[in-house]
Amino acid sequence: MNRTADKRRFWGDIAAFAALTLGALCMVGPFVWMISTSLKPIAEQYDMRLIPQTMTLENYPRLVDIMPIHLQLLNSFIIAGISTFGQLLTCSMAGFIFAVVRFPFRNVLFVLLLITLMVPAQVTVIPQFIVFRFLGLYGTQAPLYLPAFLGGAFGTFLMRQYFLTIPSELAEAARIDGASLARIFFTIYLPLAKPALAAFAIFAFMFSWNDLFQALIYLPSNMEQTTVTVGLALFQTQYAGQWPLMMAGSLLAVAPIILVFFFAQKYFMGGIAMSGLK
Amino acid sequence: MMANLRPLGLERAWLLIFLLPTLFGLALGAFGSIFATLSISFMDWDLLTPPVAAGFSNYVGLPDDRLFNQAFWNTLAFAGLYVPLTVVISLFVALGLNRKLPGTTFFRIAFFLPTVSSPTAVGLLWTWIYAQDNGVLNEAITALGGDPVRWLSRDVALYSVVIANVWGAIGGGMIIFLAGLQSIPRDFYEVADLDGAKPWQRLWFITLPALAPSMFFQTVLTTINAFQAFDYIYILTRTGNGNSNMPTLVFSIYRSGFRFFRMGDAAAQAVVLTAIILVLTFVYFRLQKKWGATA
Repeated sequence: MNRTADKRRFWGDIAAFAALTLGALCMVGPFVWMISTSLKPIAEQYDMRLIPQTMTLENYPRLVDIMPIHLQLLNSFIIAGISTFGQLLTCSMAGFIFAVVRFPFRNVLFVLLLITLMVPAQVTVIPQFIVFRFLGLYGTQAPLYLPAFLGGAFGTFLMRQYFLTIPSELAEAARIDGASLARIFFTIYLPLAKPALAAFAIFAFMFSWNDLFQALIYLPSNMEQTTVTVGLALFQTQYAGQWPLMMAGSLLAVAPIILVFFFAQKYFMGGIAMSGLK
Repeated sequence: MMANLRPLGLERAWLLIFLLPTLFGLALGAFGSIFATLSISFMDWDLLTPPVAAGFSNYVGLPDDRLFNQAFWNTLAFAGLYVPLTVVISLFVALGLNRKLPGTTFFRIAFFLPTVSSPTAVGLLWTWIYAQDNGVLNEAITALGGDPVRWLSRDVALYSVVIANVWGAIGGGMIIFLAGLQSIPRDFYEVADLDGAKPWQRLWFITLPALAPSMFFQTVLTTINAFQAFDYIYILTRTGNGNSNMPTLVFSIYRSGFRFFRMGDAAAQAVVLTAIILVLTFVYFRLQKKWGATA
């Protein structure tokens, strides 16, 4: 190509690189500040140096003394784990049926399912709350994971799209050999869908782990039973201004997901990209 | 390939078993809930005494309710800032990343980090940044000789909350746009280069039109998210008396329904919220059809 175009491209790259660096600093900077603050003694919390003058881990045990955050992390983990299992199971089953089996009203049903993507959670939560209260489950963890066993539009759509890429000859051949639908699903389709399952599992876990709204509604005050998000929100009102403690708690709440993210980032990003495909 | 197995005999049973959770979810979870929420919106119910029919009173009362009015306009203002900012910034980030510069992997991880992090936990961090006394931002401002700003007060909270929410949402949009950019065929650009197209012409006549589907998808998604935003708002703007310096509709629903147990009132607000989302989605789809026809 000619030299002016190359030159323009070069300066464009420089400008883009500078802008991206600045943007990335804005994205990562707050996390660095979170870590830094969590390592400062309370007495030095208003010392604005990035590297703490006195570095200490004392905030973590102190936090556990004040609030059972270790139990809350465990609760979040259990609730997110059960939810993820429920979502994976029910959404992949439905996705498989929608992708592979022909039955009456298949398209109508699928469209109805997609429509529910537009129904805000705030609409379903009111009757759901009343039902769970009526069942005596208010104040327990069950309302936070039971709904995960009722499928969902996002996951079913994601799994269906993936199952559609699997050659249907596989299913037809297995069927001629006398395999049942369940067998075809568990021995052929599920093993082949590992990338989609991994991406969806990460998402389901993350949504459940990060959820505040539902947890706040069903487990608003029991410190031992509730999730880490509600714990942090309660902590905020009671220990305002104790930033090192608060940042230690925040770090504990974001660390598990960020760790998984570092090791499985292609699944994270793949999941989002998949949901955007037509 | 779409397989079209016709279920025979026992397979019908398996089909039902596999679909049962989803059918339940659709009937009870989704459509049953819509119906139930609509019904409850015509009642007064505190969950302690039996529900009382209330006609349209829950709706008629809304325009006079000062808190609802605040929440309604806050939600619209929030969405009006949040949606364009999120879509445009994440588009620019994706365009920058698509230049295949050194460090692209690092940049991608950096921009995506806020998207995977718990908004509650990161929200606490933002309260530290925005804090009025000795907060990170105000320390920086006073060090430079300026006057501290009350970032989370009634007048400013909207902008502070939008910044935190956009910060947390750029990563998701970036991935959608990157996927869209990578699906544009190379030869489009090669032909443009042969014709001597300038960079802005490549952007305006090739890249942006090719990205239209991603932009449409991302705008709809971001709009739905905007009307449901809760976590950052709850953490950043909640006041001591359980209200908020910037209540939104979702916050108001949460407060009426699950703090004061005024179920009818909360349901009516939820219906209003859903109606807004449905109308906007409908408008987007109409606009897409219109533009799709001329393109």
